[in-house]
Amino acid sequence: MAKISIDGIQYEVNAANNLLQECLSQGLDLPYFCWHPCMGSVGACRQCAVKQYRDADDTKGTLVMACMTPITDGGIYSIQDSQAVDFRSHVIESLMISHPHDCPVCEEGGECHLQDMTQMSGHNYRRYDFQKVTHRNQNLGPFLNHEMNRCIACYRCVRFYGDYAGGSDLVALASHHHVYFGRHEEGTLENEFSGNLVEVCPTGVFTDKTFSAHYSRKWDLQTAPSICSGCGVGCNTSPGERYGSLRRIVNRYHHDINGYFLCDRGRFGYDANNSPQRVTEPVFAQARINGNSEASAHKSMTALEAARQFEAMTGGEVIGIGSPRASLESNIALLQRVGAENFYPGLSDGELACVREVLLLLREPGLHCPDIRGLEQCDCVLLVDEDLSNTSARMALALRQATRNAATAMATAARIPPWQDAAVRELAQHERSPLIILSPQGTRLDDVASDTFLGTVAQQIRLLNAISRCLDPHFDAPVESPELVARAETIAGALVQATRPCLVSGISAQSPALIQATANVARALRIRRKGETESPVDLCFAMPEANTLGLALLAEGSANTLSAALSRLAQGKADAAIVLENDLFRRAPAAQVNAALAGQLPLVVLDHLHNAFNAHARLLLPAASPAESNGSWVNYEARAQSAYRVFAPKEPLRASYEWLTPADPVQLPLIGSEEILAQFASAHPGFAALRKLLTQREGLSAVMKSPRQLPRYSGRTAMQADKHVHEYRQTLDPQSPLSFSMEGVPLQKDSSLLSVAWAPGWNSNQAISKFQQEINGELQQGCKGVHLLTRDGVDASYTQTAQLSEKTLSPYFISHLFGGEEISAEAAAIQARASGPYACIDDKRARELGVNQHGRIAVHAGELSVTLPVLIRQRIAPGGIGIYCAGELDRFTLAQELRVEAVAEEPDMLLRSREMFRHLLINDSWQGRNGA
Amino acid sequence: MNSQIIASTASKVVARALTEQERHEIDHELSLYPDKRAVGLEALKIVQKHQGWVSDESLHAVADYLGMSAHELDGVATFFNLIFRQPVGRRVMLFCDSVSCYIMGCENIKAHISKRLGIDYGETTADGEFTLIPVPCLGDCDKAPVMLLDGEQQRRLTPEKIDALLDKAGVPSSLGNE
Amino acid sequence: MSERPLTRNIDMSREPYDLLQYRQAQGYEAVLRMLREHSPADVLEMVKNSGLKGRGGAGFPTGLKWSFVPTGEHAPKTKYLVVNADEMEPGTFKDRLLMEGDPHLLIEGMIIAAYTIQASTAFIFLRGEYLRAEKLLRQAIAEAGAAGLLGPNIQGSGFGLDIIVHTSAGRYICGEETALLNALEGKRANPRAKPPFPQVSGLWGKPTIVNNVETICNLPGILRYGIDWYKSLGKGSDAGTKLCGVSGRVKNPGCWELPLGTPIRELLEERAGGMSEGYTLRAFLPGGGSTDFLLPEHLDLTLDYDVIGKAGSRLATGTMIVLDDRTCPVGMVGNLMRFFSHESCGWCTPCRDGLPWVDAIFQRLERGEGRQEDLSILEEHLNYLGPGRTFCALAPGAMAPLGSALRHFREDFEAHIGSGACPWQR
Ligand SMILES: Cc1cc2nc3c(=O)[nH]c(=O)nc-3n(C[C@H](O)[C@H](O)[C@H](O)COP(=O)(O)O)c2cc1C
Ligand code: SF4
Ligand code: FES
Repeated sequence: MAKISIDGIQYEVNAANNLLQECLSQGLDLPYFCWHPCMGSVGACRQCAVKQYRDADDTKGTLVMACMTPITDGGIYSIQDSQAVDFRSHVIESLMISHPHDCPVCEEGGECHLQDMTQMSGHNYRRYDFQKVTHRNQNLGPFLNHEMNRCIACYRCVRFYGDYAGGSDLVALASHHHVYFGRHEEGTLENEFSGNLVEVCPTGVFTDKTFSAHYSRKWDLQTAPSICSGCGVGCNTSPGERYGSLRRIVNRYHHDINGYFLCDRGRFGYDANNSPQRVTEPVFAQARINGNSEASAHKSMTALEAARQFEAMTGGEVIGIGSPRASLESNIALLQRVGAENFYPGLSDGELACVREVLLLLREPGLHCPDIRGLEQCDCVLLVDEDLSNTSARMALALRQATRNAATAMATAARIPPWQDAAVRELAQHERSPLIILSPQGTRLDDVASDTFLGTVAQQIRLLNAISRCLDPHFDAPVESPELVARAETIAGALVQATRPCLVSGISAQSPALIQATANVARALRIRRKGETESPVDLCFAMPEANTLGLALLAEGSANTLSAALSRLAQGKADAAIVLENDLFRRAPAAQVNAALAGQLPLVVLDHLHNAFNAHARLLLPAASPAESNGSWVNYEARAQSAYRVFAPKEPLRASYEWLTPADPVQLPLIGSEEILAQFASAHPGFAALRKLLTQREGLSAVMKSPRQLPRYSGRTAMQADKHVHEYRQTLDPQSPLSFSMEGVPLQKDSSLLSVAWAPGWNSNQAISKFQQEINGELQQGCKGVHLLTRDGVDASYTQTAQLSEKTLSPYFISHLFGGEEISAEAAAIQARASGPYACIDDKRARELGVNQHGRIAVHAGELSVTLPVLIRQRIAPGGIGIYCAGELDRFTLAQELRVEAVAEEPDMLLRSREMFRHLLINDSWQGRNGA
Repeated sequence: MNSQIIASTASKVVARALTEQERHEIDHELSLYPDKRAVGLEALKIVQKHQGWVSDESLHAVADYLGMSAHELDGVATFFNLIFRQPVGRRVMLFCDSVSCYIMGCENIKAHISKRLGIDYGETTADGEFTLIPVPCLGDCDKAPVMLLDGEQQRRLTPEKIDALLDKAGVPSSLGNE
Repeated sequence: MSERPLTRNIDMSREPYDLLQYRQAQGYEAVLRMLREHSPADVLEMVKNSGLKGRGGAGFPTGLKWSFVPTGEHAPKTKYLVVNADEMEPGTFKDRLLMEGDPHLLIEGMIIAAYTIQASTAFIFLRGEYLRAEKLLRQAIAEAGAAGLLGPNIQGSGFGLDIIVHTSAGRYICGEETALLNALEGKRANPRAKPPFPQVSGLWGKPTIVNNVETICNLPGILRYGIDWYKSLGKGSDAGTKLCGVSGRVKNPGCWELPLGTPIRELLEERAGGMSEGYTLRAFLPGGGSTDFLLPEHLDLTLDYDVIGKAGSRLATGTMIVLDDRTCPVGMVGNLMRFFSHESCGWCTPCRDGLPWVDAIFQRLERGEGRQEDLSILEEHLNYLGPGRTFCALAPGAMAPLGSALRHFREDFEAHIGSGACPWQR
C-alpha cells in the first residue's frame, strides 16, 4: 500500500500497480487506449498522460504516461493539470484525424470506447483538412467484420490475438501512419478466441459479423446475466435480445472464471437459438402410435393440449433420462417427477464412470480444484489427454497464461514490474513455465508446451504411473523402459520444483483409468511435498457440458446407468419414458438406442432443437432454450451459478422444468426455478449450499426488481405498433429478481445482476472497471456462484488403475471447438467453421494404406463400416488413429478394435472433402511458434 | 513437417520450394543466431537477392522454413523499406532524397531521371529494366546528390552523369515523354 | 602518438589497410596488451576516466553506460555487444568513413568493448545500403579470425569473441538502440520501453551494450596511449577527437577528424573551404537532421557537447548541414519533416499521426497555399511531439529543426502563405 495524492486528494493505493490502473481503481476518469486491464501496459497511445511532481515544491512537474508509471509512495500527480489536459486533447485529435465520421452506421456506436474517450478528452471539432489515410478491408471469415478505416493503431488487437491468445495470423503490417492490422492475405481468422477482438478493439474495426446480420444498438438489447452452455467452464455471458430473437453474446466479467474473455464457441454459438432446427411447437407423432412410422403424420397441438397429452402419456412408472446440457432445475424437476429409482443421468456409461471418479476427487481434502484464475497462476502444469483448446477452450487460454509465470518471475527478479507487458516479454523471450502435455495428437497448446508426449490413453497411463513412482517410491507401478522412466523423472522433477503445480485432465477419453492415474500423480506429489507445504495439490478435470457435474451430483448414490435405462426401455419394463434435452445417439451405441426405441414405450422428449433422437419421440415438447429460461449450472469446479432468462420464450415454449412439474401447467404463473431449487435444497442436505444462490436473489427481489432493459431502451411503446396501436403489455417475470422493463433498481447499485456495464461517460464494456472493487478485482457485491462440494471426503490412498490392453488399433476421438458441441453446432457461423467426420493417421500408416492427404479410408468396427476422408498428421501417437465423429458417427461402436483399408477415390468426393478440410485445418492448425 | 502441411493448406498460396543455394545461405545465417525468428529478414533478403523480390510464394517458403507463420513474417517484411514485396526492375535505383541531397538539387536530378525513363518513384520501366525508389539519406552527403545503383554508389550526380549512365545502359533518349 | 587516432590509417584514395598493414601500424597492440595485463574492471575504469562520450548522438558517457551491465555470480552469463552502424540520420556520413576507411579499427575497438563487459558475441548492425562497408568488414573479420584475433580463445587469453555482421533492411528507426534490438531479433523495429535499459535486459533479454561505430573506434587509442593523452586531444571541456562533417553548398564538403573544442568557424571555413561561390551562409544544423538550427553568429562557438547545448542545439553526430541563402528554408525543413514522418515506426500516436500532419502542412506551404493557422498548428506540434511526450526520441528530434526554423525563418514561412508558390521558385 502507498499513499499518493492526485489533484490534491489523498488516496491509498496498491504500490504494485501502475498509476493508470490505480487512478481507475479509485474511480477517477482517465482516458486510455493501448492499456488493457488484463494485458498490461505498452505506452503506445500516449492517451493516459498525467503530471508527476518531484515533491511539494515542484510546481512545473513532468508529463508522464500513467500506464507506464510505477506508483511511488508519497507521489504527487495531477490529472487536471492544464498541460496534461492539453496534451491528451492533442492525442485524441491526432487519433481522430483519419477516423471516419461513420458512428451512425458503425456497429460499435453507442458502446465505443473511442467515442467515450473522445468526449472525455474534449475533442469535438476536426481541424485536420487533408486527405485521410484509408485502407482496404479483409474478409476475416464468418465471425468478424473488418473495417480498418476506423483503426486508431492502439495495437491491442495484435497484442491480444498474438501475445495473449497465441494466434499467428493477425499481425501489424507496414509502418508509420500506414500501419495495418490484419492478415497477410484475406481469410478466416484461425484462433479460437478471435471473437474477443470485438471487445478488445476500442473502436469498430472488429465487429461481430453474426450480430451485424440482425443488428441492434447496445441500448436496444434486452439483456440478463447468463452462463455459457458451450462447455463445463461456466463462463459468464451477457446475451442480448431484440424482437424475440437472440442477437449476440458478449463477455460478462467474472473474476474467478472468464475474466474478460470468451471463446468463439461461446460467443458465436448463440445463433442456434434462432436456428431453423428450433422445436417451435409440440409434436405429437400420432402415426407412431398406430405402429406406422410415417413421419408426416404429425399432429401439432397447443401448449395446453400438449401438457394434457404429456400427463396422459406418463402415468404409472416412468423412466426419466436427464441431461448434462439441461439446467439443474430441469433435471431436478425430472428427478422429482420420476423418482430417484427411475432417474437415469443421461451421460454415456463411460462419462458417468469418469464423472463419478471426479466427484470423489473434488471432495478429497488433499486436492484442490482451481478456478480459471487459479489455473493462470500455476507455474507448472501437467495436462493429461484432454484437448482443452477444443473442449474447454477458456481453460486452454488460462494455461497459456500460466506458462508466462516464469517470465513474470524473471521480471520480478530483474525489478521489472509485471504490468510492463512488452518489457517482460523481451526479457523472458522463450522462457516459459513448464507445461507438459500428454496427448494422442498435437494440440493448439503445443507451441507453449515444454514437453509433449504423444501416446494413446494406455501409453499415457503407463507414463503417469511412472511419474507417480518417481514422486513416491511407495507407489506400486510396473517396471518401465529406461526411456519412459527418464521422461517420467523429468516431468516429476518439474512438478516438484514448482510452487504451484497443477494437473489438468478431462473426461473426453471416457476413461476412468486415466482419471485415476492422473489423480494418483496428484496424490504422490502431495506426499512428496509433505513437510515443505501442506497446501493441497491442484487437480481439475474439464467437463464437456455445462451441467455434466450437476447432473452427476443429482444422480450420486444411485447405480443407474444409461445402458440400464436403455435396456429397461428395450424390454418395456416401465410405462413410459421421458428424455430431457438429450440426443441419446450421442450417448450410447446406436444398436442399443435403436433397441430401446424398438421397445415401443411411450416416449416423451423435451428439447429445443430437433435432432436424430427426438425425431423418434411420440411427443416432442418444445423447450425454452437456456437464453429463454432461468436456470442454474454446475461447472467443472462444482460451482453452481444462476442464469436468468434474457427474454420470455414464445408460446407454446416452456422451460423444461415447467413442463415437467406436474402442478397445473396451464395456469400461469408456472413453477419458478427458485421454487424448485429452494424445495430441493431444503430436502437434500447435500444441496443446501444452493440456498446461498437464492438468498442473493431474495434480497434483491424483496426490494424491487432490476431492469433487463437499459434506460435508453428505445421504441418500447412502438415496438409492436404494426400489430397493436397500444403499448404492449410488459411480460411479467415473477420468477426472478429481474423485470422485462426499463424500470427498477438501477444496476449500478449492485453488480450481482449486472449484465451490461454502463456508467456515466463509459458506454463501452470498459465501464466494467466502475463495478470492480479494484481493476481486475472482484465485482462489488457480486455473486460468484456457490460451491456445491466441500473437501470433506477422505484422503484416498492410491486407486489401483486398470491396466489397459494396448490393442493394435483402437481409435482416439478427436474434439472440435466448432461443431463438436451439439447446440452451438446449429449456429450458422459455427457451421461455417465445422468439419464433417474424418480419420486422422500418420505418414507411416498412410503409406501402408496407400492413401494421400484428402484420400479416403474405410473403417470397420463390429457391424459398423464407414468411409472417411483422411487427414495425415505427423504429430499423432505412434500407431494411433484418430476419429472425429462430428456428432454423426457412433463413437461407442467405433471404440472397439478397428480395421481400416484404403478406398478408391471418387473425384467429386475428393473435392468435397478438400473444401471441408480447408475449414478443418484452420481449426486444427498447429504452428511451431517456438522459434528457438 | 506437419505445420507445413497445415499452414499451406489453409492458405491459397502454395509455398515454392527454396533453392538449394537459398537454403544453404539461410542455414548459414541460422547457425549464427540463437533464435530462428531472428533470421527472418536476412532470409528474405537472401531470397530477394536470388529472385529479385519477395513473392507470396517465397514468403510462405521462408516462413515454413523458419517455423513461423507467413503473417508474422510479412508483418516484419512490410515494416522495412528494402524488402520488395512487389516485383521490381532488374536494376533498382535507390535515389537519396534527403536533406543534403535536397540542398544540392536532387529534385532536378530526379526530374531528369523521371523524364528519361518515363517513371516516377515506385515505378518500373515498361521493359522491366529500371525501378526508381527514394531512400533516406545514403550517408554520402559530402558527395550529394547521390544514388545507389546495382550496389554502386553514384556520386555528385548531374543531369549529364545520369545521361551517361543511361546511355551506357542503352536507354534511348526518347523513352521519356519528350 | 597520433592526433588523429580515428583516421590516422584512413586514405580514401586507396583500399583500407588489411590485417598485415594494420598491424604494421601498431594495430591490435592495444588489444593484446589488454588481454595480457588488464582485467575487465581495469578497462572499464579507464574508459570511465577517459571522458569518452557516445558518438551516436546523445553524448552519453560510455564508461558509465557500461557500468550498468550486471556483473558477478548472479549476472546472466550471456551478454551482447552491439555496434550501431545504422547511420541514417540525414546529413550524417561519418561511420561510413570509419568502416570503409579502416575496418580493423572497429574490430579492435569491439574486442575491447566486448572484453570489458564480457560479451562473447558481438553484432555489427549495419545499414543495408552500406554494401562496401559490409564487404570490407566481412573481409576484415575473416582475416582477424584466421589470425586468432577473434574466435573462441583469442591469443590463448581465455577470452573469446565472435563478430556477426547483420545487415538491416532500411529503416531509420533501427538506429534507435532499442528498436535496433527488436530488428536484430527479427521483429518489427518498434522501440522498447526504458526502463528496463538494454544494459540490463537487451538483446534476447540479455544484458546488452549498444554503441556507435565512432564511439567504439575511440577505444584502441585510449587503451594504447592512455587517458591523459586522450583527454589532452580535446581542446575544450570534452575529451578526444570527433569526426566532423560538412555538407551543403560549401566549397569542399567532407568529413574530418578534429579535436573536440575546435571552433565551428575553423571547420566551416578552413576545412570545408567556406561557402561556395555565390552562396552565403544563412544557418546550419550542427549535428545532423535532428538538431536545432544555429546562425552565423554562432560560428565562433566550439564543437563541444556543452557549448552547443547551451546555444540551444546539439553537437549530436557532429555532421553539419549548411543552409545557404539560395535554398528555401521551408523546403529544407519540409524535406526533413517528410523524412521523419515516413520513418516513424507507427507505434506511438503523437509521432505516427502528428508528423504526417506537419508534413502535409509543409507541402501546402510549399505550394504557396498555406494559411496563417497552419503556423500555429506547427507551433502546437513542437510541444506535442516534444521530449517526454513520445515513446522514443525520433519525434522530438524532428521538432528540433522545425522549432528553430519557426523561430529564425518566420518571415520565410509568412512569405509562403497565400502567395501561390514558394518564393524561391517564382
Ligand atoms: C531515431 C533515432 C535514430 C538513431 N540512429 C542512430 C544511428 O543511426 N546510429 C547511432 O549510432 N545511434 C543512433 N541513435 C542513437 C542510439 O539510440 C544510441 O543512443 C546510440 O547508438 C548509443 O551509442 P553511443 O552511446 O555510442 O552514442 C539514434 C537514436 C534515435 C532516437
Ligand atoms: S485494430 Fe483496433 S485494437 Fe487493433 S490497433 Fe487498431 S484500433 Fe487498436
Ligand atoms: S518513432 Fe515510434 S515512437 Fe517514436
